[in-house]
This record gives sequence, structure tokens and C-alpha cells, in this order.
Amino acid sequence: MGNRCAVIGVGQTRYQTRRRDVSLAGLVREAALRALEDAGLTFADIDAVVIGKAPDLFEGVMMPEAYLADALGAAGKPVMRVHTAGSVGGSTALVGASLVQGGVHGRVLVVAFEKQSESNATWALSTHLPFNASLVVGAGGYFAPHIREYMRRSGAPDHIGTLVAVKDRLNALKNPYAHLRIPGINREMVESTPMLWEPIRYLETCPSSDGACAIVLAAEDKVTGTPAWIHGTAMRSEPIMLAGRDVVSPRAGRDCAADVYRQAGVTDPRREIDVAEVYVPFSWYEPMWLENLGFAAEGEGWKLTEAGCTALDGDTPWNASGGVLSSNPIGASGLIRFAEAALQVRGMAGEHQVEGARLALGHAYGGGAQFFAMWIVGSSKP
Amino acid sequence: MSEDLVATHVLEFPGGYTRTTGPVIGRFLTELRDRRLVGVRTAGGRVLVPPLEYDPDTGEPVTEEYVEVGPAGTVQAWAWVGSPRPGHPLDRPFAWAMIKLDGADTALVHAVDAGSPKALRPGLRVRPRWRAATAGHITDIECFLPEVASLVAPVRAEYRVTPGRALTRFLEGVRDGRFVGARCAECAAVYVPYRESCPACGSVVEEEVEVADTGTVTTFAINNLPDPRAPEVPFVSAYVLLDGADTPMIALIGGVPAHEVRQGMRVRAVWVPPEERTLSMTNVKWFEPTGEPDADLDESSGGGA
Repeated sequence: MGNRCAVIGVGQTRYQTRRRDVSLAGLVREAALRALEDAGLTFADIDAVVIGKAPDLFEGVMMPEAYLADALGAAGKPVMRVHTAGSVGGSTALVGASLVQGGVHGRVLVVAFEKQSESNATWALSTHLPFNASLVVGAGGYFAPHIREYMRRSGAPDHIGTLVAVKDRLNALKNPYAHLRIPGINREMVESTPMLWEPIRYLETCPSSDGACAIVLAAEDKVTGTPAWIHGTAMRSEPIMLAGRDVVSPRAGRDCAADVYRQAGVTDPRREIDVAEVYVPFSWYEPMWLENLGFAAEGEGWKLTEAGCTALDGDTPWNASGGVLSSNPIGASGLIRFAEAALQVRGMAGEHQVEGARLALGHAYGGGAQFFAMWIVGSSKP
Repeated sequence: MSEDLVATHVLEFPGGYTRTTGPVIGRFLTELRDRRLVGVRTAGGRVLVPPLEYDPDTGEPVTEEYVEVGPAGTVQAWAWVGSPRPGHPLDRPFAWAMIKLDGADTALVHAVDAGSPKALRPGLRVRPRWRAATAGHITDIECFLPEVASLVAPVRAEYRVTPGRALTRFLEGVRDGRFVGARCAECAAVYVPYRESCPACGSVVEEEVEVADTGTVTTFAINNLPDPRAPEVPFVSAYVLLDGADTPMIALIGGVPAHEVRQGMRVRAVWVPPEERTLSMTNVKWFEPTGEPDADLDESSGGGA
């Protein structure tokens, strides 16, 4: 795993439908400056900057990393861009961490963002290139069949998705940065919203958000402030078109989890990981990933959700921040998971703090559930 | 009839009233003529815009300190005027707004040319549009305009797209009413559409195989959002595993009500007539049920679900 590396600063913008008041540069600076302030540093203390975001077509700014370099204090420093679809925020953190773990840099600023309001994600993801052999459908249309197959295989009752939709929004009420904060959210409210891509209802999907997230990573001898130590990092990918591919529980996700657990010495994730921030853009992905990540046996994930185990006061809280279901600036969504995991073990998660959290999982996935990025962070050194 | 006894009567003092401003309002209007906005400070420290000779809260005289404010300000409240009258400052729909100029403690009433009531919100930042010639009158400001907060950036890229050899081979098959797949010699898996390398092992695929135009719905979504390619809403997009293939394709299901589609349902491609076919998947109108008993999904491999 290389040299020790810690998260020493976290900065987030408020996530909302439309940030009318800032440019792209202003948006990323807001997160970056908050992360630097948290670490007690300035741009001058940073050795390299890593930027992540989803497709350029979202904002129509090609290679925004070039345009944003000096807005992030990167003049005269290495700057690079990461792109792994929806998992990009997580991959960006891992690329930043690898620069520290490999001994290349002492302090790295990692920033991920999306300003979805500048266009429309469904448009940007469904460009309808000529000569398609398959019907191209948006993200909801793509994932809904996998959810249906999960329900068939596991025999999960229909209301499990609703429970997650409510639970994550209840958590969001405790997170000042969350986009969707719906007072009085309950099952009736979720169930009264229309089916978009059956079996996915409107309130079982994530919002479209503007926002940015930033973290400062440091080598052991450069740590300032309160560190969240990295105990394991892993990325995996798999082809979207593969014979025998299990899209309900992709092998890349299982392998990625096994790798990150091995590095962190985790053998029983449900008991050893105090809080998990897992990429759940559609509510049913909570039980699906509970199984894929080994928190529950195959076909049993929904039982943990139903029993309230993943609630903020449950035995294995998932998405205490409200998760992707409550805030989704796509390119930043993975980094928010990683950053929230760090905040938890630093004891700095505020009202949604899981009491005494010492070990936390950050998770992101993207594409057609093809790209996975995970890390485990802890309050003590690995 | 009383209707006949109607007359127009104009009451207009010839030349208009000559209204004295006093020193305070006069200063305001003089500054206005020079395209500056000023307020006056009260003894309590507040800045009144437009200025008054007295503090409206206490009745005490204001100080003689004039403070330059604005020119930008913030909309606090507004009323939309959908049908402007002849005496109104603008001849198109506009808003009367309470505008708190930067540095002022009170709001000024003026017109905002915002185009649409949707453009107005509390906190909207506005700036004055001055008339070409000023005279020392509140109408020296023709109206206020929202600050520039966004712009439209057209982006257009045009590409020449070619499908490549493998997809061309597949589409030629589809033109002829056949689904062409590729069998990997190493993995023994059949990929549809046809491709020239195996995504699992990377081997060059040399064997072309034709698979059936019948298959099994492994899983599906019922889409309630309209789509130009679907005949109606709701419509079903399904993963169809063709008989003889190991990878599913996403396709429309037709000829059956959306809520009667099942996982495991057996389906067959509905082809458009040969004379209408092109090198495209639109040759397959959709897949419709064959009427056979459902397949057992736990026995079929692949599935893509």
C-alpha cells in the first residue's frame, strides 16, 4: 500500500439544483478553500492537484482541468484529471492518495465537481450515436432491470426501496450540505410519487445537483490538524458486455471490496466497519451493495435494511450524510462518499456523526456498474 | 339616454406643477442628474434612499451627510405589471420593485425590466439603466436591469461516424433478417452483436455464428417517460437473451401490455418488411411474445441481469 497517507482537510459546497451565484471556477474554489482551511493550509502548501468530474458534455467545457488549474492554485504544479464515469470522485481520491503513498508528493489537493444545471445529464448520457446495436436508455432505464432481477432473486418485498429512500432523506435533514432536505419525509410520501422506470419511483432516485467537494491528502510527516488515516484503497473495473456477467452483484465490486478489506485487515465488514458511505443513486442499490460488499449474505441484504440496521442508529449505519439519494453533483458524488467517511473517523460529521466511529468505508461505482473505487479510513494509523 | 351624457374632462395644470424639492430631495435629484445615487444619513446612522428631510422613525432632522449608494441593489419585493399603461415607464411587461441599493437602509421603488416574472426573486441583483439625457428626475433612471449572472454558450460538435467492421457485419445481418454473433474459441462464449475480439480474454474472434431471432426476457423496466423510439407510454425496455447467445441486448418489447411482460417471457423479433430495411437496428420493430411457456431464469446462464 506504500507510505502512510491521511485526509487532513475536507471542504464541501452546499449541494443544490442550481448554483446561480458562482462560476465553475468559483464553485471548485469554494470547496478547495474550505478543505485548505480545515487543514490549516493555503494553496502554497500543496504539491499537486488532482481534479475529477464526469463527462465534459455535462457542462460543455472541454478539458475543464486545464481551465481550472490556476483557480485551484496549480500554477507551476502538476495537475491531472481523472474520469471513471460515476465512480470518478472515488477514483480521483485514490489517484491523489497514490501520489502520496508512492512518495511522489507530500500534500495533494483533490477536487471533484459537477454543475449539472449547465445542461441535462440524461441528454449528455444519451447522445444517440448512429449505428447502435442496443436500445440506449438513460441511467434509470439502465439500472431498473437490474433492480427487478435483484428483487426476483432475493424475494425482497416491494417496500424495501421505499425504506432506503426515507432513511437517507432523514439523514440528509442532519447534513447542512445536503441537497434534498424534505421535512416530514415518510413512506407515504415516497409511495405517492410516480413510477419513472418501474420498479423505480421518483423519490427513489437521486437529484441533479450542482456542487463540489475537496480533500487535502498528506504524507505522515506533513500531517496537520485531525487526520483520517487511509487503511486501504482499491479500484476495479469490468467490461459492460461480458458473457456470464452478474450485473446484480458485479464481480468487480466483490473483488474491489475483498482487496480493500484485505489491506485494512477487515474480515467481517458489518461488525468492523463503523459507518459506510456507499454510492446508492437508486434506493434499491442499498440492499444490492450490502450483499456485493459482504455486509450480508447473498439474498439477505434487504433484511438488514428492513430491520433498520443501516439507519443512523442501526448497528451498521450506511450513508449517514444522506448519500447520493440526497445530493448528486455526479462527478463529486464519489468524493463526497470518501470525504464523509473521513469526516466520520475524524469525529467531524456534526449532527450526522456516528458516535465513536473509528473505521469507515467510502465507496463509489460508475458506468454500467463497471467501475468501482473504495477506501477504508480510520482514526488511528494503519 | 344617460349614455349620451358622457364627456372626457382633462384636468392638467398647464406646463405642469413647479414643485420645490427642498435641499435634501434637491441634492438627491442633482446627484441623479450626474448619474450618481445618494442617500442621507439620519442621526441614528441609517441611510435613507430616497432621502427625506427628517427621520421617519423619530421626526428628527436628518444629518447633512450624504452617502453615495448603489448603483447596484437588491430586489426585496415586487409586483408584476402584465399590461403596462401609457404612464408607465416601460411599454412592455415589467415589475414594480422595492430595491435596496447597496449601502442604503431603505428601499427605493422603481421599475425592473426582467422579461418575465420567473426572472424575479427576492435577492435578485439589479443595476440602473440610465437615460441618454438626464434632467434631475427619478425617470433619469429608465428602469433597473438584472445583473448578468449567466450566459448561453452554444456548443456544437459534428462528427463523421462509421460503425467499424464488426458492427457493420452485424448490421448487414440485421438487414438480412439475421442476428450475427461471434464465438470466442478460448471462452466458448457467443457475443451478440458480432465483435472481433473477446472482452473476457482478449482473443481475436474468428468464428461467426448466427443466433436465433427468438429469445428470453431476462429482466426489464417499464418506462413511464416518453421516448421518441417507443410507440407509447408506458413502454418496456428489456434485456433479451437470444437463443444461442451468451450476452443480452436491450430492446423494446411490443405486442403485449407493459404490465403483462414477465421475466422469463419468450419473445421473437418483429422484423420490418424486407423492402424497408436498412443497415440499422430499426429493422427490428420490437420483440413480441411467442406464446411459449416462460423459460426458467435460474437455469439460463448469462442473462445480463
